Amino acid sequence: MSAPYDIVIGLEIHVQLLTQSKLFCGCSTRFGSPPNTQTCPVCIGMPGVMPVMNRRAFELSLRTAVALNCQIATYTKWDRKNYYYPDLPKGYQISQYDLPFSHDGWLDISDPKDKFQPKRVGIIRAHLEEDAGKSMHDEAAGQSDSRIDLNRTGTPLLEIVSQPDMRSALEAKTFLNELKLLLTYLGVSDCNMQEGSLRVDANINLHVHTPDGKVPTPIVEIKNMNSFRAVERALEYEAGRQYQVWQETGRRLGEVPKQTRGWDDQANVTRGQRHKEESSDYRYFPEPDLVPVTVSESQLAEVRAGLGELPAALRTRLEATYGIKPYDSDVLVNQGPPLVDYFVELATLSGDGRLASNWIQQDVLRELNDRQLTIETFPVRPAAFADLLSRVKRGDLDTSRAREVFIDMVSSGRPAEEIIRERGITQVDESELIALCRELLAKNPKILTDIKEGRTKAAGALIGQAKKVNPNVNPSRLLEICLEVAPSL
Amino acid sequence: MSLVDRTAIELLDLMAQGAATSVEITTAYLDQIERYDGAVKSYLRVDRAGALEQAERIDERRKLRQPLGKLAGLPIAIKDVICAQGELTTCGSKILKDFRAPYDAAIIRRLRHADAVFVGRTNMDEFAMGGSTENSAYQTTGNPWDLSRIPGGSSGGAAACVAARMAPLSIGTDTGGSIRQPAGLCGVTGLKPTYGRVSRFGLVAFASSLDQIGPLAKTAEDCALLLEVIAGHDPADSTSVDRPVPAYSQSVRQPLAGLRLGLVREHFAEGLDSEVESAVREAIRVYESLGAKVVDVSLPHGKYGVATYYVIAPSEASSNLARYDGVHYGHRTDLARMNQELAAERAALEKQGAVADLDTPLVRMYRQSRAEGFGAEVKRRIMLGTYALSAGYYDAYYLKALKVRRLIRRDYDEAFAQCDLIAGPVTAAPAFKIGEKSDDPLSMYLVDLYTVSANLAGVGGISIPCGFTAGLPVGLQLQAPPFEEERLLRAAHMFQAATNWHQRFPDLAQTAGAHA
Ligand SMILES: [Zn+2]
Repeated sequence: MSAPYDIVIGLEIHVQLLTQSKLFCGCSTRFGSPPNTQTCPVCIGMPGVMPVMNRRAFELSLRTAVALNCQIATYTKWDRKNYYYPDLPKGYQISQYDLPFSHDGWLDISDPKDKFQPKRVGIIRAHLEEDAGKSMHDEAAGQSDSRIDLNRTGTPLLEIVSQPDMRSALEAKTFLNELKLLLTYLGVSDCNMQEGSLRVDANINLHVHTPDGKVPTPIVEIKNMNSFRAVERALEYEAGRQYQVWQETGRRLGEVPKQTRGWDDQANVTRGQRHKEESSDYRYFPEPDLVPVTVSESQLAEVRAGLGELPAALRTRLEATYGIKPYDSDVLVNQGPPLVDYFVELATLSGDGRLASNWIQQDVLRELNDRQLTIETFPVRPAAFADLLSRVKRGDLDTSRAREVFIDMVSSGRPAEEIIRERGITQVDESELIALCRELLAKNPKILTDIKEGRTKAAGALIGQAKKVNPNVNPSRLLEICLEVAPSL
Repeated sequence: MSLVDRTAIELLDLMAQGAATSVEITTAYLDQIERYDGAVKSYLRVDRAGALEQAERIDERRKLRQPLGKLAGLPIAIKDVICAQGELTTCGSKILKDFRAPYDAAIIRRLRHADAVFVGRTNMDEFAMGGSTENSAYQTTGNPWDLSRIPGGSSGGAAACVAARMAPLSIGTDTGGSIRQPAGLCGVTGLKPTYGRVSRFGLVAFASSLDQIGPLAKTAEDCALLLEVIAGHDPADSTSVDRPVPAYSQSVRQPLAGLRLGLVREHFAEGLDSEVESAVREAIRVYESLGAKVVDVSLPHGKYGVATYYVIAPSEASSNLARYDGVHYGHRTDLARMNQELAAERAALEKQGAVADLDTPLVRMYRQSRAEGFGAEVKRRIMLGTYALSAGYYDAYYLKALKVRRLIRRDYDEAFAQCDLIAGPVTAAPAFKIGEKSDDPLSMYLVDLYTVSANLAGVGGISIPCGFTAGLPVGLQLQAPPFEEERLLRAAHMFQAATNWHQRFPDLAQTAGAHA
């Protein structure tokens, strides 16, 4: 039975751009420096200073918006969002209000395990703004003491606002994964949630099915989620909580103000947050200290041309060119561009995309993980690996022997040929194999009988014995021959 | 002729000829300050030792025939709203009583590069809000022609110190007329350049889209020289325009042939003092005698200028002044006392069960720090601006004001299609008495009537002395299309070459001496 409600989810994502310096001054954006060491008169809003836009930040944002299929405004301005907060040194944040540089885009998502239908999630807008600082409150023993670190102040953030198009926590998580992947491919952000490079707020409510039609519940905004897994869990929890509240109170959208709740990862619950001390009237108005930004057709064309291949297109190309399944292309593309490059080289050199994909997913990823390596530093380069895979493909060695060779290649860095010679791995002659089969079947009358009576699986027990006699025996070939010769015995 | 009566150009000549040193010149001005500023109160701070040290160094370099800047050895006064590294910059406000800027404003850098000698900081209306310099948190400057009268504002100190021969050059700022109006009331020459002509980096913002820095001096020639030094693009101010700076000091002496002067119909209407009007009309006749043609033009939306200004300027000010919150900059209230009061209030409210209405300590700190640090006029404008920007009123006030602003700019474009310069009064009446309009903010706001449109449209304007009424100076205002400062200065010099209003000095021995 389906749930008695639909879940409606929209996301607001703040992405820290990979710039060397802040949005309106030259200060570094490095993470983890001692408090207030990355500040200057401009980013701490000293009297008389003026902001100057960081062109690189704008370029990176433009790249992202174009990749999100957004409409790009040819004329865009900056606005001040006025509010009082101790970590906001100017008393306003420079942002974009009514004329963001981009709007009305989309991002396609799908689940490789087909848990939901592929869908297009709308992007309402993407705009640039500066970050605020960080307040650290110490309210021990009734004595309140607050410290402020302004290192973050002025860090460029791209705010991406989605349409409320997601209908489950899994869809929301998939959207975030796909967005993160896109940002990674574009090289615009490192998307590190722990360091605050990617922050997600989720708006969620329910459309409860009632005999009188669907009834919307009040929208809740969830904050403080510091992993995609947490987003998923928070949304799942919140949907259940809202349904329960609806059953108890029957409160609909519009009857109570929008609530902000924080996610408590330890307790696995969302909790209501104290109302912010500032009013929600931000008194936006155009920032008079910055000139408007114009984007020309040629600039836009340049951005489009320089985008590179994005994840969705890349998946399709890998599937078409190398005959791999969507699930496999998804795994490979999710690993990022360097691994995809590795795969493409391996598939081309070995002439077998599926074999290359299987080996990368099973063996390479495991070795990378066990040895804490990246694909760039992985000792087995595609040419050497392709040599090994070609041998597997020709039947020169079976998978389990090939895996032995591969692991040796990873630890020693030696070529496959050398390892194969050293280990005496050679192909066993066909007549030798037939003789061995006859011998083994003769020694194992029970298995012979089973095979003759159609229980062919019984032959599997002979592989181990055969390997003892000759480790180079190819197990699948051995089984084939056993089945061939058994009826004549 | 005394050194303090000389123009900047004359002083440069004297130094070039070896007839005077910067130390002698600087000393003469410092002595004049010492003698009379106790009565005029145009300076908030004077740096005698620092100025003389700079003057000595420049004299030394001149002796060694080292290259020198365009203003080498000339004393200059700076309005106390412009940041200089390590120096106090109070903006005439208690809230910035102890603020020392950690950096130089762009124009300070340019003036240093030009080897100017900084003598001190001049008084102003708090955060440049006002037209009389009565809103300074520190002192009220007197008009050197009559110390019982205001010098105009907000650059009252900047104009008065030039009129009183306490500096040959001074720097003011003009948001709605704050250079031209005091220049007119004090009988000196003051130029508000086109918006974007001079970098605002380091100018403590009042209304960012209107503020502009400009020169005040005895003559148009001196203003030309000073503008040449301070104008130009600054990468740190993206609203400063990247256009070449003409050699104003070279071209200023060339008269303009076939000049068409536009007289704005609406400027000669009800409310204009008849003696001011006749002085201005006489000035126009001087131009006619020099070959200029007078054309009738109209700025129909000018009548909304003051209203538009008093929506836009306070709106921007409310935002610009938010940073003085007691957390980061500026005065912070006495926290111990504040917490005691808050505890007492809490106890009282708890009895009534209304404790939810009480400020948090943070909100109380903001409130109280700002209440104590800002003066009445600043508070009035912050409230006006906050109201005009708030949700629900934005469209009716701020957005409407922006639309009118565009219409005002269009009026100028249309007027300048018919004339080269607009000529008219700077103010409707001469300097009023100190305290006369203190209780009437609206009548005070009307002193900007003729000047404010230039700021809204972003065009340049100059005020030059053109006569007297009852012993008080009257100013003539010329306005030009954007970036036509060269035209403004040449026209102003034409007038000064033909008249001597700019050479009249107040008799300080009589006015200030009597006060001292
Ligand atoms: Zn900075």
